[in-house]
Amino acid sequence: MATMSLSKALNNGLRRAMEDDPKVVLMGEDIGKLGGVFRVTEGLQRDFGDRRVIDTPLAESGVIGTAVGLALRGYRPVCEIQFDGFIYPAFDQIVSQVAKLRYRNEGRVSVPLTIRVPFGGGIGAVEHHSESPEAYFAHTAGLRVVTPSNAADGYRMIQQSIASDDPVVFFEPKRRYWEKGEVDDEGPVSDTPLHRAAVLTTGTDVTIAAYGPLVATALQAAVIGKEEGTSIEVIDLRSLSPIDFETIETSVRKTGRLVVAHEASVFGGLGAEIAARISERCFFHLEAPVRRVGGFATPYPASRAERHFVPDADRILHEVDRCLQP
Amino acid sequence: MATAQVRVPEAPIPGWEGFDGLVQLISVDGQRTLGCPYWDLVADVDAGQLRDLYKDMAVVRRIDAEAMALQRQGELALWAPLLGQEAAQVGSARALRPDDFVFPSYREHGVVYCRGVDPAAMLRLWRGAGLSGWDPAAYGIATPAIVVGSQALHATGYALGIALDGATSAAMAYFGDGATSEGDIAEAFGFAASYVVPVVFFCQNNQWAISEPVRVQSHTSIAERGQGYGIPGIQVDGNDVLAVLAATRLALARASAGDGPTLIEAVTYRMGPHTTSDDPTRYRSRSDEEEWRVKDPLARLSALLRAEGLVDDAFDASVEASAAEAAAALRQGCLAMADPEPADLFAHVYAEPHPLLQEECDAYADYLAGFDEES
Repeated sequence: MATMSLSKALNNGLRRAMEDDPKVVLMGEDIGKLGGVFRVTEGLQRDFGDRRVIDTPLAESGVIGTAVGLALRGYRPVCEIQFDGFIYPAFDQIVSQVAKLRYRNEGRVSVPLTIRVPFGGGIGAVEHHSESPEAYFAHTAGLRVVTPSNAADGYRMIQQSIASDDPVVFFEPKRRYWEKGEVDDEGPVSDTPLHRAAVLTTGTDVTIAAYGPLVATALQAAVIGKEEGTSIEVIDLRSLSPIDFETIETSVRKTGRLVVAHEASVFGGLGAEIAARISERCFFHLEAPVRRVGGFATPYPASRAERHFVPDADRILHEVDRCLQP
Repeated sequence: MATAQVRVPEAPIPGWEGFDGLVQLISVDGQRTLGCPYWDLVADVDAGQLRDLYKDMAVVRRIDAEAMALQRQGELALWAPLLGQEAAQVGSARALRPDDFVFPSYREHGVVYCRGVDPAAMLRLWRGAGLSGWDPAAYGIATPAIVVGSQALHATGYALGIALDGATSAAMAYFGDGATSEGDIAEAFGFAASYVVPVVFFCQNNQWAISEPVRVQSHTSIAERGQGYGIPGIQVDGNDVLAVLAATRLALARASAGDGPTLIEAVTYRMGPHTTSDDPTRYRSRSDEEEWRVKDPLARLSALLRAEGLVDDAFDASVEASAAEAAAALRQGCLAMADPEPADLFAHVYAEPHPLLQEECDAYADYLAGFDEES
């Protein structure tokens, strides 16, 4: 066991994946000497060379499209999109090609691509650097969409994503990059299924389902809730496609209440899908309507206003209260 | 002697000094042009190989015509005819080596044919019986790209893989004049030039992107558009199968020698509609079509073969028999194609188990089983 930041855990996971499989290549903007703007690829070009850690031209569709070609040649590319708001130029390649090539080729072709995307707000950034575009990709058949919330999951999930023969969009909660946690980086990688959610705190009154950057916020809400006499169960979804509904359902059958929290706008977000499915699956166990808390139906605001947009523990607890007193 | 049909790129091809014009080896009236250094690239092409090229084009044209008929008879949802582009496709595809890998667009039936794919398998997509028809790895050709331009990036990435592997093969992307306006083409040029990868960008400029003439896409020749990226361009008479063969051989040789990408503009003409859903009479003139009809790629090679006494009636009969046989096999294969089963919908979305998909697949099977119980 070692204590390390999420950024370092991802770096170690990438390193290990590259050691395990010579076909793993990294592609992206500024990932070589600079080590990526968040230093997730730090030292990897030095150690693996510029033929395996490839700085690309500034063209996101080009990054993903060439990675598709590499994958068809037998490589296992890991692409870095520098920021969430820069993924849209690659949208066509991701949605029409990466997601569909297996299906369009009736299983004869694999595109084992991992697309790493730092996402979410809360870092005081300028526009286009704080977005949460995960729902677009979770909506797209053929992709897996995951997001680790902590160092241990980051280390495990990046290796599992690279090893998967399916394309994985791997969202990294950028404001949690420097938060440290215990990581078992010596033994074999855990065999926890990539899509399995985690129950982080057990409780009996309300379930909060969160993912990525809001997991820590949800845990904070659970602590405050406990002080106020509310027993909150926090689930870290980890995977947004597929979603581990069994784990959510088991929890909600116990608590009877569910709040889904994400930074992305609530309308049409992952919370909507979770609310609908959980209402279908455990309607008679629910004591209150499923509540959602997240971004407003606005673009991501200027950073000095972002505290109003990104849910904090108080806003999550406000929805918890509305569940308790519907 | 025919004159150049469009403007000529000014920069010479590196490694091929001394020629900077439209590459044409057979004139419109079937004469061998003199003095073009590209002749050296096809010096090995003897009478037998010329006859083979003609036969390929004739068979491909017949397959195309049969597919058009199948669509008109309701057996295909759509067809994008290649009529007029046989030389551009056969000439380029016959330059390819077995370990090269092709990324076609949707009109490259002649290329697919030359790669050895069963022509009937091409129809699965157009019939709606499936989304693809062959194993790309087995034939060295990907399934068609309908989002135009996207495949140029795939070819570039594949070529990057070839370079990383230290192999000497090449990747080739086919696209049309319309696709050259897509961002993915520009990005492919940039990536390919930066990494000096073994890729050939083969543009069939067939003058029309559905209803839009090529001047809407570009105010320079397409061959010139690589120059800003440092990619040499060859403009070749796309209705001259021998010139296309020579140009493609040159580009593939450059790729294999580590000299990087080449852009080929094959100047040709889409003699038919964009697809069976199109009506060219709404946007182009009969005289435009007539002007190109005299440049027909098959007529040109046929005239040369005839003038040089390289063919006889027996050859004509054998070509006709091969074409008829291919058409009959195409029709038979098309009509024999089974519709997909409901469970096929759910296959091959993911490589690994996916709980949501499994749930939906099971639920839909139960739903369908309900009809059996009712009856």
